[in-house]
Amino acid sequence: MIIKVLGSGCNNCVKLEENAKIAAKELGLDAEFIKVKDMEGISSYGIMRTPGLVVDEKVVSYGRVLDVNQIKELLKK
Amino acid sequence: MQVFSFLNDVFLKMTWLSDLMRWVVSGIGLDIQSQLGASLHFFLYDTVKIFILLSVLIFGVSYIQSFFPPERTRKILGRYKGISANILGALLGTITPFCSCSSIPLFIGFTSAGLPIGVTFSFLISSPLVDLASVILLASIFNWKIAFAYVAVGVILAVVSGTIISKFKMEDQVADFVFRKSSMPEMELEVLSIKDRIRISTESVKEIIYKVWLYVLIGVGIGALIHNVIPESFITALLGNDKWYSVPLATLVGVPMYADIFGTLPIAEALVSKGVGIGTALAFMMAVTALSLPSIVMLKKVIKNKLLIVFVSIVVLGIMIIGVLFNSFGMYLL
Repeated sequence: MIIKVLGSGCNNCVKLEENAKIAAKELGLDAEFIKVKDMEGISSYGIMRTPGLVVDEKVVSYGRVLDVNQIKELLKK
Repeated sequence: MQVFSFLNDVFLKMTWLSDLMRWVVSGIGLDIQSQLGASLHFFLYDTVKIFILLSVLIFGVSYIQSFFPPERTRKILGRYKGISANILGALLGTITPFCSCSSIPLFIGFTSAGLPIGVTFSFLISSPLVDLASVILLASIFNWKIAFAYVAVGVILAVVSGTIISKFKMEDQVADFVFRKSSMPEMELEVLSIKDRIRISTESVKEIIYKVWLYVLIGVGIGALIHNVIPESFITALLGNDKWYSVPLATLVGVPMYADIFGTLPIAEALVSKGVGIGTALAFMMAVTALSLPSIVMLKKVIKNKLLIVFVSIVVLGIMIIGVLFNSFGMYLL
């Protein structure tokens, strides 16, 4: 599983990535984390609000800092 | 009318809080007339007032904003053409949630969907400049007439600047990758319940307070210094109404600064109380919020120099004109 966090590096993106890492760990998932910081990369996913969360190339959330439980719900799908 | 002015005093001006803080300052043995006592009073009263108003306002505004995410704004704007699109862009800018770190994805999202860049700029200018929360704070610190006048000129500035940018036909001034269509299908908007909206609004209160508290404290601190420590003669020598350069100076000092409108308000308040023209104070506020070095650096990644220069000069010039107008006619508002 590849999890990408989209965002230019503001506080929100850092926090989202932390939460996603905890969520993946608690679910025992073998996930690789990639940060996408450049605008070209972020815009290629078509989102207008950062931070964005992409799981296996699918945008699952944008514009919100999800907490650990919310991310767990998304990862279970 | 009496009921209105009573409510205005209690909830907006918070005269009771001013009295309470006066009591606190004299309680710790400081003379309220002294330099230190008056500075401390300004600092305590303004800090507490701004944080109370901020929390309530951000909650209310975020709730309204949750109905207008940028995805919806983009869809609405796509249906309009010409100046009506610019006007609508500027108006939607006042209610669309938007933080400075989202401005670039937003710019790309709007432009790649085929919106004219002039319309996108109308939106980008009005969004940080005029928002509902700042209007109510302006009414609290100055009065309603100034608050409405500020909104009106802010929206006009956004519409005029965007229209001029459209006229220059600078679509070629946008970085190439913006027009490369994203491979992703357009995302569906999530359906929000009342509970979701309340949660989102509470989250944004926390987030925004966390982001701006330092700017507010610094702003109020500088305001307190201006208010009580720095001699009036010094300030009016630099920024007095009779000096032709007061507005340009205030604008140019404000442009590179990065701060929130909530941090700049107490500075504007203190400046006006020291005899600086309302136009000069507003020009400073607008310059700080509409433009900043970080936002210019970010924009540079997606637009080319020519458009960037046009954008910055139009906004700077517009702010100066607004400042001069307010200085000339502002006495009818105070």
